[in-house]
Amino acid sequence: MRNPAFTRRMVTSLTVAGCLIPLAFVAYRTLTGTLGANPISNLTNRTGLWSLRLLLATLAVTPLRRLSGWTWLMPARRILGLFAFFYGLLHLVVYLALNQAFSATLILGDLSRPFIIAGYLSFTLMVPLAATSTMGAMRALGPRWQLLHRLIYAVAILAVLHYLLLVKIDFQPPEAYGALLVLLLSYRIGASLRRRIAGPVSRHAQTRTTQTSGQSPQRSD
Amino acid sequence: MAILIKRPAAIKPSEITDRALYFDRRRFLRASLLSTVGLPALLARPRIASAALTVHELPPGPFSTHETMTPYQDTTTYNNFYEFGTSKGDPSRYAGAMSTNPWTVAVTGACRHPAIYHLEDFIRPYALQERIYRHRCVEAWSMVIPWIGVPLRDILRRCVPSGDARYVEFTTLYDPREMPGQRSDILQWPYLEGLRMDEAMHPLTLLAVGMYGRVLPNQNGAPLRLVVPWKYGFKSIKSIVKIRLVKNQPVTTWMRAVPQRYGFYSNVNPAVDRVPWSQRYERRIGDFFKRKTLMFNGYGPEVAHLYAGMNLAKYY
Repeated sequence: MRNPAFTRRMVTSLTVAGCLIPLAFVAYRTLTGTLGANPISNLTNRTGLWSLRLLLATLAVTPLRRLSGWTWLMPARRILGLFAFFYGLLHLVVYLALNQAFSATLILGDLSRPFIIAGYLSFTLMVPLAATSTMGAMRALGPRWQLLHRLIYAVAILAVLHYLLLVKIDFQPPEAYGALLVLLLSYRIGASLRRRIAGPVSRHAQTRTTQTSGQSPQRSD
Repeated sequence: MAILIKRPAAIKPSEITDRALYFDRRRFLRASLLSTVGLPALLARPRIASAALTVHELPPGPFSTHETMTPYQDTTTYNNFYEFGTSKGDPSRYAGAMSTNPWTVAVTGACRHPAIYHLEDFIRPYALQERIYRHRCVEAWSMVIPWIGVPLRDILRRCVPSGDARYVEFTTLYDPREMPGQRSDILQWPYLEGLRMDEAMHPLTLLAVGMYGRVLPNQNGAPLRLVVPWKYGFKSIKSIVKIRLVKNQPVTTWMRAVPQRYGFYSNVNPAVDRVPWSQRYERRIGDFFKRKTLMFNGYGPEVAHLYAGMNLAKYY
């Protein structure tokens, strides 16, 4: 932790490497033809699941940092978020190109289905977040950046809903992801209520502490 | 443990009568299958089972399709058998632990001759037939599978159903020690299915003991399963221990679990989808492009009359 630039580089590269493991696994299984009897369905499920998992990981960074004081975690957040978008994009492409073979009949026919609508909405809301993930966009948007990026809550809720609405009977996995999401969101609601109740004095004090721990205020939360 | 289900090479079809050939074939087929009933645990493992043989050269029985059969490898590794877990690979991973010998089948309820049979005795009186059927899962994928079994109607006639027998109820083995999925309450165990009497007596309806010329692998419902090809796959109940003739319509496992999605009939019907996804199309395992799902899974000419005048959107 002595050398912040080195730590940042380490965290960044390890996160990127970690996020590429599912892709490598899926690519290997695809190339060796070992995705099972229904490879398209398998690819769809895996890419969708990893998008959801990484979304939740993105949302876990801030609470984890606040609770543990591990400020070195922060650079991982943007990478996790971008990979959530990347796997979401793969999921959408697999659905459109492989599942529906770009058939307008099939694709349009699905548009009335609640789980499909939730999926499209979730992905669409991720686009502006991925597009404004650069330092430049952050600076340009100023305080509006944080406001915009609160969309991730809607993205994650819609993603869990998408999953819940499509399962046949085994609601346990989507419910588990949903429970984790509720936990992560209630932490934020709790934190925001505490700030509001505590009032401006301690809020000022809190800002000071985050600044001393090397955290710029507009990047928190 | 290779079982050659092949005509002896010395006998040429031209040298014997068609009838003799037929009886020889079916006797041989029956003998081969039954001799292996005692070794299902071994045969259930795909690696060992792949050493066994196929009966592709046998003439397919009545109602058989000429469509390309789904590879054995796919049929035995992509299964829905929630007694062993909900993922498609769970049955082939865990079903080997199920012991299928000895196996008894109880035929009870509204009939003149209720009895409990050893599986061998239960099947022995009948000639086994091969039926190559389309299999359509409610999850919108399908396969083509060469089953080996006995028409259910033959078995039901033996017990002489009474006038009260309006439905047939089937029950799967309940044994949480050998079926790890039954330790979770995802469905109510034991698995229960049912048919209306006329559906059960339809010549398409099969009680299968084998597929691809071999004894049923455990993950496919060994040692005895139902095959109702015009209904979604979950109606074709696996590893049956009880067949009960009843007066009232049984409440099946899936009806109990999600009544708004799964009804008693569960006929393949592209126009009615109560599940979140479309039933209009299906992917045949091995195909890239989806195909249109056919009413009654393409068995309309044989079974549509069973439902004449019924509103199939209501009786889904």
